[in-house]
Amino acid sequence: MEKEKEKKTITDKVWDLFASVKLAIIIFSLIALTSIVGTIVEQQAEPERNLKLLAKMFGESSAPTIYSVLDSLGFMNMYHSWWFVGLLLLFAANLIICSFDRLPRVLKMVNEKVRPLPPEHLEKMSIKKAVSLKGKASQFRELGVSALNDIGFKPLESSGEQGTQFYAEKGNFTRLGVYITHLSILIILAGAIIGIFFGFNAFLNLPEGETSSVAFQDRGVEVPLGFALRCDNFEVDYYPNSDMPKAYRSWLTVIKNGREVMKKSIVVNDPLVYEGITFYQASYGPVPNAMGNGIFILKLISKNGNSEQVQAKLGDSFAIPGTSVRGKIVDFSPALSIDPSGRAFTYADQLVNPAVAIEFSDSGEKKFSGWLLKRYPKTWDLPDGNRVEFMDYWGVEYTGMQVRKDPGVWIVYLGCFIMAAGLYITFFMSHKRVWVNISEDKNEVKVLIGASANRNRAAFEHKIEKLAGLLSAGPKGGK
Amino acid sequence: MDSSTFFGLSTVAYILAMVTYIIYLAFKKESLGIVATALTVAGFVSQTLAFGLRWKEFYDIGQMGILRAVPLTNLYESLIFFVWCLILAYLIIEFKYKNRSFGAFVTPVAGLALAFIDISGMSTNIQPLVPALQSNWLLAHVMMSFIAYAMFAISFSTGLMYLIVRTENRNEPAYIFWTVMLSIFIITLSAMGLDYFTFRVAIQSQEELIKSYLFKASFMSSSSSVAVLSWGIAAAFTFFIWRFGGTLKKIIAGFNISHEMLDEITYKSIAIGFPIFTLGGLIFGAIWADQAWGKYWTWDPKETWSLITWFFYAFYLHSRLMRGWKGKKVAIVAVLGFMAVIFTYLGVNLLLSGLHSYGAQ
Ligand code: HEM
Repeated sequence: MEKEKEKKTITDKVWDLFASVKLAIIIFSLIALTSIVGTIVEQQAEPERNLKLLAKMFGESSAPTIYSVLDSLGFMNMYHSWWFVGLLLLFAANLIICSFDRLPRVLKMVNEKVRPLPPEHLEKMSIKKAVSLKGKASQFRELGVSALNDIGFKPLESSGEQGTQFYAEKGNFTRLGVYITHLSILIILAGAIIGIFFGFNAFLNLPEGETSSVAFQDRGVEVPLGFALRCDNFEVDYYPNSDMPKAYRSWLTVIKNGREVMKKSIVVNDPLVYEGITFYQASYGPVPNAMGNGIFILKLISKNGNSEQVQAKLGDSFAIPGTSVRGKIVDFSPALSIDPSGRAFTYADQLVNPAVAIEFSDSGEKKFSGWLLKRYPKTWDLPDGNRVEFMDYWGVEYTGMQVRKDPGVWIVYLGCFIMAAGLYITFFMSHKRVWVNISEDKNEVKVLIGASANRNRAAFEHKIEKLAGLLSAGPKGGK
Repeated sequence: MDSSTFFGLSTVAYILAMVTYIIYLAFKKESLGIVATALTVAGFVSQTLAFGLRWKEFYDIGQMGILRAVPLTNLYESLIFFVWCLILAYLIIEFKYKNRSFGAFVTPVAGLALAFIDISGMSTNIQPLVPALQSNWLLAHVMMSFIAYAMFAISFSTGLMYLIVRTENRNEPAYIFWTVMLSIFIITLSAMGLDYFTFRVAIQSQEELIKSYLFKASFMSSSSSVAVLSWGIAAAFTFFIWRFGGTLKKIIAGFNISHEMLDEITYKSIAIGFPIFTLGGLIFGAIWADQAWGKYWTWDPKETWSLITWFFYAFYLHSRLMRGWKGKKVAIVAVLGFMAVIFTYLGVNLLLSGLHSYGAQ
């Protein structure tokens, strides 16, 4: 042994280092500690922001120096810095080598079948029970099998000088749980790397009615989609009597080679996927300088039930079908409110409470005018019994979408699933073994139970107690 | 009666239980122990009722599916759920190990959480859900995270007790560690209590809480003499705990809690909490982020701190496998792990800005 130690080569030493849990613990600490710095220093932010932060922490005079030191070490974008990625790779190497180092031994344990043991051995087990009963050993054979079946084991049987022994095991594969967990970490890392190299992250702000065949990355870099996407409509739903959005939805059409190939509406948490590219509803807003140029979609319903949908612009007029009543759109507000003196005013430039002012006339004679509010259907009923429904103000909002292609995401999900399975096996299952030795000694039957579990021993002990109970109740029918 | 009445009742019950458990530890009267348990159970029942009522109130307001109306959408509701899980786990342990003395260590954690709700004047209003939060993944994510946090809180308590029982010498690092930890814990709780009694105001935002109220009645007082005095008292208190910590050891030892049992409970609660946290906290959180924003991982502070917490507990699980690390050293890791949990949950929202909606509340 001594000699062998001396003969260790550098490769052996490196292998041993990477096979050690000690290195794992050092890496855990390093990742955790450097990550803490990364959460304090704002990542990928304007330099002034972090300078301000550092000035608060270390004083005005030393802030610029500390900033430049941290910056040159990559802390301003640390999760993408060479050393952090290096740390993650070291972590992966540690995990791989450690597993290879130990796997042969574990596999041997998994494949090793449980064997009968001499009774002296059973007496030394961590879980053991001894019962003495009246009767003959042969009467207990059937009982031994059925009792073991009752607690979920399928026993093998062997007979020898020291009586009959039933022995069984369960869950030997669970010893692999840890390795499954470790493997899953590697799978997740692999999926993440694939995503970084073969995917992209971009965004697309698409006004209602417009079409785009590219998305945009930081600094305006265009990413071709390989197809075109049109925003047909965009709507926000609000909670009643509040300007808090309940849901926002875009109606999208995918156009490939001039043909419409897919239509779908998306909301937050329900994206559109086409050819591996996913469009997530992320934000919305008014199209700059477009607020006056949108199209009003109105549904006109006359007193006697005629109805018609019209599209009009600011300044346009329309006629209510079957009547001589005409309306002229004279004003618009994206967010209308009434001040205490009763005057209407606009309180926001987003379309939170769109309203349209219409002047109505009958046969050329002015009748009345007023605001119709999109979110308040009560305002749609005109005093003369006709009705103008304010359906939409179209063409003035854009939908903001996160656009992603990530061929690695399924590998990450697979890794997550395997991790969940691995952790379940590791912590909630165990390798259990049980031996029941039945021997006869002067009209007395001696039942000796020995058992072991590599985890959750207390729970298994309860089972063994149950087993002992079943056996001491004796064979049924008193044969 | 509405949910807040029952929440108030349960808070009172837990705080009384905390006091009774501590008196019980000191005087070892069985009847006191029964009272403490009864108070805890009463608090738990009342809190369960409150949770159900709030669920219904939320459902009536939110006009969404019953599952979407689980009241777990803001800091206030999640803290309350955390306390609920913690008390449930504690009651199970008390029943299983037939030992009440842990109560004196667990109920203060519950008390701290509830006191924090009160002093922070956190918004207790029911708010409808913003679109990003309307996801079933989020529900699973938050619920499981808090179950895991409760398990970690248990391991914190038993880990601390382990250190108390196992340290002999006042100059031993492990002894200094636990006395300082316990002092910080008690001092923080008291300082926050003081803030509450001094200001008694409802605070609108968490930023405001940090800027204007937190520790303003003591350490950060505008009057420098109060501030100096507070630091002095804190130091004296820490010294006192350090000097007389041995008494605590005798008290716990008097309840024949073996250190093996403490180590076992610490390990077991982490062994349950870790997989739940991995699945619910990290994996479901990533799936939700993926569905809502198209990125399963963005290294935002909340995510990063969850990962740091995860590494702490991975550290714990692996350090048990290292030669010479059994015992005190792993107990220290368990205690520090819970510090990471607290920071992940509160520190990130209060001190670091994040993408997460809780932070922006
Ligand atoms: C964050 C990443 C990791 C996680 C989540 C993880 C998870 C686990 C878990 C849950 C266990 C079982 C612990 C127990 O039985 O209480 C375990 C054991 C183990 N881990 Fe890890 N592990 C990670 C990284 C590593 C690394 C980098 C190494 C490299 C040396 C490593 C080496 C081991 C070893 C040797 C065992 C013991 C196996 C046995 O008992 O046969 N782990 N790990």
